[in-house]
Amino acid sequence: MLFSSPYRIYSSGDHSITIEAGNQIDTKINQGVISLFHDLSANRIRGIKDIIPAFQSLTLIYDITICKKEAGNQSVFNFLSALIEHRIKHPIAIANTASRLINIPVCYDSSIAPDIALLAELHTLSIEELIEIHTGKEYRVYMIGFLPGFAYMGTVDQRIVTPRKSVPRTFVPAGSVGIAGEQTGIYPFGSAGGWQLIGRTPITMFDPKNENPCYLQPGDEVRFFSITLSEYKNWGHS
Amino acid sequence: MSIHINKSGLLDTLQDEGRYGYQHLGVNPGGAMDRIAMHIANALVGNQPNETVLEMHFPAAEILFKETLLIALAGADFSATINGKELPILHPVLISKGSILAFGKRKNGARVYLSVQGGFTADTWLNSTSTNTKVNAGGFQGRALQKNDQLLLNNPRAFSFVFTDHAFEVLPWKAKTAELYTTNSIRFIAGAEFGNLHNQSIVVMKTQVYTISRDSDRMGYRLQAKPLPTLSHQEMISTAVTRGTIQLLPNGQLIILMADHQTTGGYPRIGHVITVDLPILAQMQAGETFQLQEINPEQSEDLFFEQEMNLQQLQNACNFRLQEYLNA
Repeated sequence: MLFSSPYRIYSSGDHSITIEAGNQIDTKINQGVISLFHDLSANRIRGIKDIIPAFQSLTLIYDITICKKEAGNQSVFNFLSALIEHRIKHPIAIANTASRLINIPVCYDSSIAPDIALLAELHTLSIEELIEIHTGKEYRVYMIGFLPGFAYMGTVDQRIVTPRKSVPRTFVPAGSVGIAGEQTGIYPFGSAGGWQLIGRTPITMFDPKNENPCYLQPGDEVRFFSITLSEYKNWGHS
Repeated sequence: MSIHINKSGLLDTLQDEGRYGYQHLGVNPGGAMDRIAMHIANALVGNQPNETVLEMHFPAAEILFKETLLIALAGADFSATINGKELPILHPVLISKGSILAFGKRKNGARVYLSVQGGFTADTWLNSTSTNTKVNAGGFQGRALQKNDQLLLNNPRAFSFVFTDHAFEVLPWKAKTAELYTTNSIRFIAGAEFGNLHNQSIVVMKTQVYTISRDSDRMGYRLQAKPLPTLSHQEMISTAVTRGTIQLLPNGQLIILMADHQTTGGYPRIGHVITVDLPILAQMQAGETFQLQEINPEQSEDLFFEQEMNLQQLQNACNFRLQEYLNA
């Protein structure tokens, strides 16, 4: 059994089915989601085109024609629903749930961290304390979405929880590290965005030329470490 | 073996049926907005249904053909011409080397698809040739076509056709598409948060007329109508969303997600437009209106198989006529 709490399975379109467990962001529930993601990825159901984990849900995008061949007289939704229900109760291979630990360098220098001084002031912390808090724990990659490679990580220490900016920026540079509520994340591309920007990483979070284009995977654990501005500028060149 | 872009259009991109298998990394599927038009354009020239096509919006590109080729246009009717002479859509057409394809007035539809026999040589990224302009990958250098781009072609068949008075020859059969674009109202199945709407809102939602707003694009169609009351749990935990998902925005308006949608979203999912009706929506543009009609999921599957069967028959007929013609 992959979920200890109640879950529901519902249609999320005529080519899409979603399993949702609870309505909160919770590490254990997300571990269940990621285990089901690994199980269904390793033991593919014919006709499944995409398996998309989110905080407390997993969505399967399917080819209606291929699935119908297996479903016979019943509807594709009912057929898949029963199959997934069975997989949740009897996972074929409980995939290795030990997650990778990835260390990511972040430069918190105010010149490339436009909101850090403001956040420190807001939370009556020094900038050094804020950095210490942000780098002081491991974050779970709950989900990747919004942009290719944009990892939603959490949860940040209560002392630095900050709502999104009331007016989003029209442009946030690639590599920007931000906070939104209890979440922290990295913009893989230049984009509009409303997260509070407290630093920047020199790591390429999404490289379309790479066979595995995405630096992070759902279920990863991430720890940030602080680097200086000159280390940031010379990263990968030394 | 190439075609040359004399003038670029509003948004001309290479597309196939989309990039699947990478949505868990946030990579959106993209792909042709009108899947039926893509299939028909390909079938008319004897290609596989999902061969790469050129999707063009209005105004569309002006294209110089540097070889004698078999091509077809399907989807929108933008009054196509070859060297100034009218060119019908939904027919296979032999075009002589040196001819210029241009478009005049928009008669109907929002997107026209150009296929060439053999297909375009396109960049494949993550198993798809669809253009992802966010990442700049796939299609033609990951971007929309620009003036003076040269698109290479995949070994097109050599035709030694003798053109008479025209620089092109329209082959004498036409793809019948009436049965494939069947409805005036856009049908949907209920989404996870549909039940959270008040009964009064459901009545409004299903009876009012929606206008497609100007800021609609390949990512999504924003609709304008009487705002619906928002739900108490408006901010939700994000889940995956898909093509056709109808979200209720904080301002009470609806958005329908299209080919270039983000992979996840946190707005209430009121419904999902059925796959069968997405091509109809893809051919509607800003200012056009429609109503939403609810059907049940079993009906949506039946409608899908009916449409697939019609499409398959049309593809078979096109292939048969073309083989007959080429072997004659």
